[in-house]
Amino acid sequence: MASKIGVYVCHCGMNIAGTVDVPAVIEAAKAMPRVALSKEYKFACSDPGQEMIKQDIKAHGLDAIVVAACSPLMHEKTFRRAVEAAGLNPFLLSIANIREQGSWVTEDPAKATEKAKAIVAGAVFRAARQEPLEMRSVEIHRAALVVGGGIAGIQAALDLADSGIPTTLVERQPSIGGYMAMFDKTFPTLDCSACILTPKMTAVGQHENIKLMAYSEVESVSGFVGNFQVRIRRKAAYVDHTKCNGCGMCMEKCPYKAPSEFDQGLSQRRAIYVPFAQAVPNKPVIDPATCVRFKGKKCKTCIKFCEPGAIDFEQKDSVEEVTVGSIVVATGFQPMDAKKIPQLAYGRHPEVYTALEFERLNNAAGPTQGKILTKDGRVPQSVAILNCTGSRDTNYHEYCSRVCCMYALKYAHLIKEKLHEATVFDFYIDMRCFGKGYEEFYRRLQDEGVRFIRGKAAQVFGGKEYKAIANAAGFIDGLEDHQLVVQAEDSLLGKLIRVPVDMVVLTPAVEARADADEVGRKFLVSRGADGFFLEQHPKLAPVSTTNDGVYIAGACQGPKDIPDSVAQGSAAAGKALGLIARREVEVEGTTASVVDELCSGCKCCLTLCAYNAISFDADRHRSSINEVLCKGCGTCVASCPSSAIKAKHFTDEQIFAEIEGLMSM
Amino acid sequence: MDVATPFIEVANAIVEAGGKDLNLCYQCATCTGSCPWGYVEPLNIRQLIHLAQLGLEGYESEDLWKCTTCGTCKTRCPRGVGIIDLVRSIRMMIGETGLIPLTLRSALGSVRGDGNPWNGSRVERNRWAGPLQVPIFDKARTEYLLYGCCMASYDVRSRKIVEAAVRVLRAAGVTFGVMGQGEECCAESVRKIGEESLFERVAGSNIELFKAQGVEKIIVLSPHCYDAFKNDYPALGGKFQVVHIVEKIASLLLLDKLRLERPVKAKVTYHDPCYLGRHNNLFDPPRMILSKIPGLEFEEMYRARELSLCCGGGGGRMWMETKFGQRFSDLRIPEALAVGANVLATSCPYCVNMLQDSRLNLNKEEAIEVKDLTELVAESLV
Ligand SMILES: Cc1cc2nc3c(=O)[nH]c(=O)nc-3n(C[C@H](O)[C@H](O)[C@H](O)COP(=O)(O)OP(=O)(O)OC[C@H]3O[C@@H](n4cnc5c(N)ncnc54)[C@H](O)[C@@H]3O)c2cc1C
Ligand code: SF4
Ligand code: SF4
Repeated sequence: MASKIGVYVCHCGMNIAGTVDVPAVIEAAKAMPRVALSKEYKFACSDPGQEMIKQDIKAHGLDAIVVAACSPLMHEKTFRRAVEAAGLNPFLLSIANIREQGSWVTEDPAKATEKAKAIVAGAVFRAARQEPLEMRSVEIHRAALVVGGGIAGIQAALDLADSGIPTTLVERQPSIGGYMAMFDKTFPTLDCSACILTPKMTAVGQHENIKLMAYSEVESVSGFVGNFQVRIRRKAAYVDHTKCNGCGMCMEKCPYKAPSEFDQGLSQRRAIYVPFAQAVPNKPVIDPATCVRFKGKKCKTCIKFCEPGAIDFEQKDSVEEVTVGSIVVATGFQPMDAKKIPQLAYGRHPEVYTALEFERLNNAAGPTQGKILTKDGRVPQSVAILNCTGSRDTNYHEYCSRVCCMYALKYAHLIKEKLHEATVFDFYIDMRCFGKGYEEFYRRLQDEGVRFIRGKAAQVFGGKEYKAIANAAGFIDGLEDHQLVVQAEDSLLGKLIRVPVDMVVLTPAVEARADADEVGRKFLVSRGADGFFLEQHPKLAPVSTTNDGVYIAGACQGPKDIPDSVAQGSAAAGKALGLIARREVEVEGTTASVVDELCSGCKCCLTLCAYNAISFDADRHRSSINEVLCKGCGTCVASCPSSAIKAKHFTDEQIFAEIEGLMSM
Repeated sequence: MDVATPFIEVANAIVEAGGKDLNLCYQCATCTGSCPWGYVEPLNIRQLIHLAQLGLEGYESEDLWKCTTCGTCKTRCPRGVGIIDLVRSIRMMIGETGLIPLTLRSALGSVRGDGNPWNGSRVERNRWAGPLQVPIFDKARTEYLLYGCCMASYDVRSRKIVEAAVRVLRAAGVTFGVMGQGEECCAESVRKIGEESLFERVAGSNIELFKAQGVEKIIVLSPHCYDAFKNDYPALGGKFQVVHIVEKIASLLLLDKLRLERPVKAKVTYHDPCYLGRHNNLFDPPRMILSKIPGLEFEEMYRARELSLCCGGGGGRMWMETKFGQRFSDLRIPEALAVGANVLATSCPYCVNMLQDSRLNLNKEEAIEVKDLTELVAESLV
């Protein structure tokens, strides 16, 4: 037990001294048991403040230190370093938080001073019983995992691989590319999406340091920073990709069709398919929901036409395990289901499109070869684009989806470019064109003659429906049954307006993927109130998470455009690399451990550990804790009916001593 | 163009009067674009809100009294602004200056004096129960209080609805009674007109009476009574288990306590009352009930469920003269005819009344009938 404790009470400028009578606390501390020295200082965290502590330790042979200052979250590390520099074990420091838990929350100076004395006494009593602990260092595995092969994941994987790190890229779909692969052009530069994406996809496919696992999903993750064990399930494609030469005969001949997911259901694909022509890997998979062999029929078409004999209906899912030092999660977003907003008529009227459907209509490889046509093949004379479909809306998503204003402008441009005669209306609340070159793009579209209407579109009617309800009051001349009527208030005019159009394009909110919760739990990444993955700090640690070694990038963290997704992909790769470059990581010594003689083998603790750090030795009938995995959360300690688990640095003895100290004032 | 100077004290007063969301509005205009007045003579509720945000004149115009409190704007508002509460608070402020439309003043006077807005006498209340041999509520013998709405007591057409309800509930073995004396209007509309103190007095007296009689469960026929009892009374200490007749019938059908066996030969469409649908989310039970009536053919109108068109009778409009050509219910009849219906069903005495008027005014007696859902259920009993 320590017997020469040094106590330092910090003024923190006026933050503490403005309320707490610091000299009185110093005096009180002098009278506390085992206190050898008690001093005050204006800013203890400053260099001279730390220097003073170091000198005192050496000069007076102090064997434990109490710093009464701000929250340990702020400066525990600072003071631990100082203590260590003076030759004392850093775990012999105890912080008394008299700012956040004292001066900031207590108005009456007398009460604040009494409280500070009690908190200091608690720390003094505890410090006397603290024990030296060691930091541990663990080797980092020189390999990385990237989950999700959208543009963010592609960028992260390429950056890691280019730096020589063996990287596994896991993509759920048969091909990488994400949403970007579906676009025709990208705002604001109007680059052809495929032209800038395909080279990157090909680079992934050919990179010697990238192991691409498409049509695969991460099943489980265990381990910890530097040493994650990841189980990956590769779904049965029923095609042996080592034999397949990608000739595509099977897809041409397969007689069974299903709506193409990639074309948003606007075209058909076969039961054996690649999602799109530039897919990477460019090897087909068989969809068991469409292939009739899985319904007991005897079709052999693909087998017959596959020259290398790659079709393999006996194929099963396979599971692989990889060990990696760090993980980048880049699982992207999903668009909101526009049917949730009944007044916008999506799903009820064929000429109301979602943004992704419209992307496909515009894509040269899409269902209409890039021609903007209605479902019955007419060229629309007028198109309305409705911004904020479910974004900035407390009924759906309170946040702004950040890309819709811009892609609405992109669509307006594409329509103007392809159909010179067509009128384009854009209904908006505010145009948010915040990125580089974005405002300029907005101006350009005004110049191109797009009609901007300030007022959120409130209701969309089918032409026929409208005629049935309009009566004399709202009769629209020449309205055709197949048309649509968009109703809004133009708030700049203060007038209700109804615009007959041939086509309506909605901009459904960018939202967290439906399985974000499950994926988050797998990687121990938490989610914000908006459903997206939560960064460690919104400004200072935007791609880090609270799980060391796991980073997030792209739209899985929140709505963002391609430039930002790419930037985050690179940022996350940089963080992952930085970690790997360190070769080893230090982990805290404040773990839990099982006192072997007390453990009764009841297994209560086993399922409680969120970090899978507890294992059970069936032969000896005892639990034991892997110190490297243990985060010292204390859950098992509290749960053990035999009190057989001790939390280092938080032992019962230390906690009771702290309470005793608190009560002694 | 006018020059204006914001008068923030007025804006603050509106917030204090209960319009707490006033400052949240970001002027997207969804509300104006959604308001049913848009079909007849647009009401610029968005602008009204912005004027109120700046405490400027104009919000006290005639427009303020047009709002039927149908809730279309409120349920769509992306900022979650309680637009109806806002309208109420502005009306409350205007009410204090005495600028309430004349016809509303008379209805309010009647509530104040006679406990109903129809200038009916107190002794007439619940008289309909006598000939139907509905007992006085007695907590030892009757499970439910049947609250018929002022409409059942003072309006001939609505009496048919309560008669049907009595038949249906009896057929299912539900025990119920009516309040003997002292019952008053639910005062839902009174509140929406902005007469908060009158509302509190009337509601308080009902609550006291119900409690004194040991009422725990109430069956109501009007979605307006439903809304008041369910959403407004609890804050005044009146916590009862409230069921709308439609909910009750639906659960009786599910529990197999009610058999609908007599075919009803009709092509029916359903008009969602604002206060049952949008305000209280009861969209499915009415449709479930209709699907259980044998022989009945059902067709949905375009403006169904959340999109339903207000009949025009809420928010005090029941007592105001609406010019010909501006009645929402006049738009509803042709809409029902367009889907080929010969019965327009609904489940609200106000809606029945408004739609019935339109049916007559438009000379569509031959083509279509207006019925309460409860009446259709009663017809289907053997
Ligand atoms: C209609 C529309 C138009 C747009 N137009 C533009 C534009 O013109 N310019 C622009 O800059 N931005 C545009 N954007 C934004 C752009 O789509 C995004 O910035 C970009 O797609 C984000 O990339 P990502 O990799 O983060 O996510 P995603 O593109 O969603 O990719 C995520 C990938 O991860 C995979 N995945 C998901 N979950 C898992 C899992 N559990 N395991 C394995 N794999 C998984 C997915 O299959 C997908 O391949 C537009 C967005 C929309 C909605
Ligand atoms: S819908 Fe809501 S936010 Fe939009 S203008 Fe109306 S009250 Fe304001
Ligand atoms: S509640 Fe109904 S009537 Fe009133 S302003 Fe809103 S939409 Fe119009």
